[in-house]
Amino acid sequence: MSEATIQGFRERILARQPLRIRGGGSKDFYGNTMSGDVLDTRAHTGIVNYEPSELVITAKAGTLLLDLKSALAERRQWLPFEPPEFAAGSTVGGMVAAGLSGPGRLAHGALRDYILGVTLMDGEGRVLKFGGEVMKNVAGFDVSRLMAGSLGSLGLLLEVSIKVLPVPVAEATVRIPMNERDALTAINRWAGQPLPITATAWLSDTLFVRLAGADAAVKAALPQVGAGGTAISAENAPWIALRDHAHAFFKGDAPLWRLALPTTSPALTLGTPLIEWGGGQRWLRGEHDANHLRALARSHGGHATRFRGGDPAIAAFAPLDPVTLRLHQELKRRFDPQGLFNPGRLF
Amino acid sequence: MTTPTRKPSLHSAEHDRYFSTVPVGALLAELATLLPAGNLLTGKEDLKPYECDGLSAYQRLPRAVALAETEAQVIAVLKACHQAGVPVVARGAGTGLSGGALPHEDGIVLSLAKMKQIVRIDPLARLAVVQPGVRNLAISEAVASFGLYYAPDPSSQIACSIGGNVAENSGGVHCLKYGLTVHNVLRVRVVLIDGEVVEFGSHAPDAPGLDLLALFIGSEGLLGVVTEVSVKLTPKPQSAQCLLASFDDVLKAGEAVAAVIAAGIIPAGLEMMDQAATAAVEPFVKAGYNLDAAAILLCESDGTPEEVAEDVARMQAVLAHSGAIEVRVSTSEAERLKFWAGRKAAFPAAGRISPDYYCMDGTIPRKALGTMLSAIATMEKKYGLRCINVFHAGDGNLHPLILYDANIPGQLQTTEEFGAEILRLSVQLGGTITGEHGVGFEKINSMCEQFASDELRAFHGVKSAFDPHGLLNPGKAVPTLHRCAEMGRMHVHAGQLRFPELERL
Repeated sequence: MSEATIQGFRERILARQPLRIRGGGSKDFYGNTMSGDVLDTRAHTGIVNYEPSELVITAKAGTLLLDLKSALAERRQWLPFEPPEFAAGSTVGGMVAAGLSGPGRLAHGALRDYILGVTLMDGEGRVLKFGGEVMKNVAGFDVSRLMAGSLGSLGLLLEVSIKVLPVPVAEATVRIPMNERDALTAINRWAGQPLPITATAWLSDTLFVRLAGADAAVKAALPQVGAGGTAISAENAPWIALRDHAHAFFKGDAPLWRLALPTTSPALTLGTPLIEWGGGQRWLRGEHDANHLRALARSHGGHATRFRGGDPAIAAFAPLDPVTLRLHQELKRRFDPQGLFNPGRLF
Repeated sequence: MTTPTRKPSLHSAEHDRYFSTVPVGALLAELATLLPAGNLLTGKEDLKPYECDGLSAYQRLPRAVALAETEAQVIAVLKACHQAGVPVVARGAGTGLSGGALPHEDGIVLSLAKMKQIVRIDPLARLAVVQPGVRNLAISEAVASFGLYYAPDPSSQIACSIGGNVAENSGGVHCLKYGLTVHNVLRVRVVLIDGEVVEFGSHAPDAPGLDLLALFIGSEGLLGVVTEVSVKLTPKPQSAQCLLASFDDVLKAGEAVAAVIAAGIIPAGLEMMDQAATAAVEPFVKAGYNLDAAAILLCESDGTPEEVAEDVARMQAVLAHSGAIEVRVSTSEAERLKFWAGRKAAFPAAGRISPDYYCMDGTIPRKALGTMLSAIATMEKKYGLRCINVFHAGDGNLHPLILYDANIPGQLQTTEEFGAEILRLSVQLGGTITGEHGVGFEKINSMCEQFASDELRAFHGVKSAFDPHGLLNPGKAVPTLHRCAEMGRMHVHAGQLRFPELERL
């Protein structure tokens, strides 16, 4: 029963020992080394409210992402930011806390853009509700969106309300042979035109482009975007494998680095990248000097994350400037005065 | 003689801070040296234009208005005010509708209106870097030649500034498809109350750490002062077409809205006006609205010509199926603009048919549109005031315009009670007291109904993390617990009394 589950969470918090909040554990690798006892959210499960014509779904944090997605699919709706499922068992709470988005980020925005409301338990065991289930809501500070990507550092998510959208009527993917520099130029140019491009990926001198939307729009754009390319079937399209890091690029134990850069940043002469989000997200494998990589990302206006593997002594995330860090610490102190939640994982 | 050192009190969730005993004389003298000549206004006549924002029902004179021209001046002014313990209200174009820029009587107004340079336009990266005083529409105009525009379009877009848009998380008629300010701003540069400069967000898709950009947008001037905004630019759709559907029943119109969404269509705009609203605008605008209709819907599709044709055909079918008595499709750009002209003239029309009007801004789930409209009709009788209704129906955001006459004693108060009842019902229906105008000064009491004391405490916690002494826009956006208890407006979910710890008078 839900009330008992919540009381159980509260008791764990009031025991005042560091806690490592965990859903399905599919992103255990992400962030800095974790300490504390596991607080498992998976007993707190279920879709609380879903009304397709309101374009919103509310679910408890322990709900399987898979279940949420099938409920949406039944009504031909989806999470357009295409959150990754790195392993079976990903939960809704973990998805929000990690704040990661998949290929659809390019056209549809990031996970944080879809968060409408949250219910959370703070570090004193209080249940707090922010935002709601409506699209437009500017009452009070936007604490809901602040939870996206907070890696559990501010509170234990209990419920989240997420905006959803209709699945595009039509979709097509093309594969175009192109070098890195030309690909970056092409995708930035296309992005400035009203074309229904919803995902891009470049690797090994091949650019993949996904078009989606109204049937007529996809058909009209295909010749313009796909010139010199080959159409590939939905089953052979790389998007799901890219989203879940099941693609060959992600195989093996070599460290995985993620660079978030302005899309127009030039090709970096660093190994063989996988480039997504129109140039905004670039993945690298192998040992890289963290300081060098971070300085390079910063020089282009971005940042670098040690996403998976590598030396745990190296901070997972780019360091924050002193003022931003102070604000992080002050906020943490307000929501979690004892510093119980996921200490050190994000900052 | 030395001034005794005062220990400034800290911002608290419990009680409002009072600043009337804080001396400002020395501060004003200092500010005069920090700003270019003529940029510190202290004379009553000079202060008058700043006594209110777009919500003229509330007026106050500040002690001074500081007109900053550079970020360095913003830093200097904030540092001086911080040192002196004097409140600061930041102000953009002053078009806000919730009294967010209402001056503090013991404080300074910091105007950003002179900071109106477009710093940089990068068409390839689809972004523009602008100063906070740049007008919303000026951005779109400046980038039009690249086939780009800035998507959020609040109705005041000719005049409102991007800094104000950031403070309020402004929306507009196209936000169902294109999002709010929070979805279209990439990065802000902010000066904190102690003069520290910080950037939230990034020109990259994200920034490390907590999403302070999302927290900052819509924070109503309580957390910091924006000195630079990077906005995302969107490719201009090649074409757009608008459907004008008439209904003999408002409930049917409400159901049609849900039916369009349920059919998997996200219109670029989806607006509703009731009969009172069409009757108010038609004589002035001649938009061609069916005056016999109980409600009209405006549904717009934009995109490639092929996409628009496909969407329009689908929407036409859905609207007809939902019982529309008439559906017209714009056949030219001129006709499309004519359809919209009526909707865009709704506020001015209210001003023409009534000495004053009071605009509400609740959001409710779309399915509750009918319930809300019937309830408003009942309230019109209860309060003896007329209300005309224009809705951003696509996202459930309501703008009932209550017509009143401020010169009739007591009528403003009756109007406020009418408005508060609409907001209370918005919360009860699962919505919110403000969709896009902000809480400001106007709706601060209604916040007590939407949030329990623990959430209000959390908001005050956020506030104090950024502004420990509560000097930025005090008394706005988030009520103190004392105020909520005093106003007797209590969050009454599940019928429980929420402030048992507070004494009541």
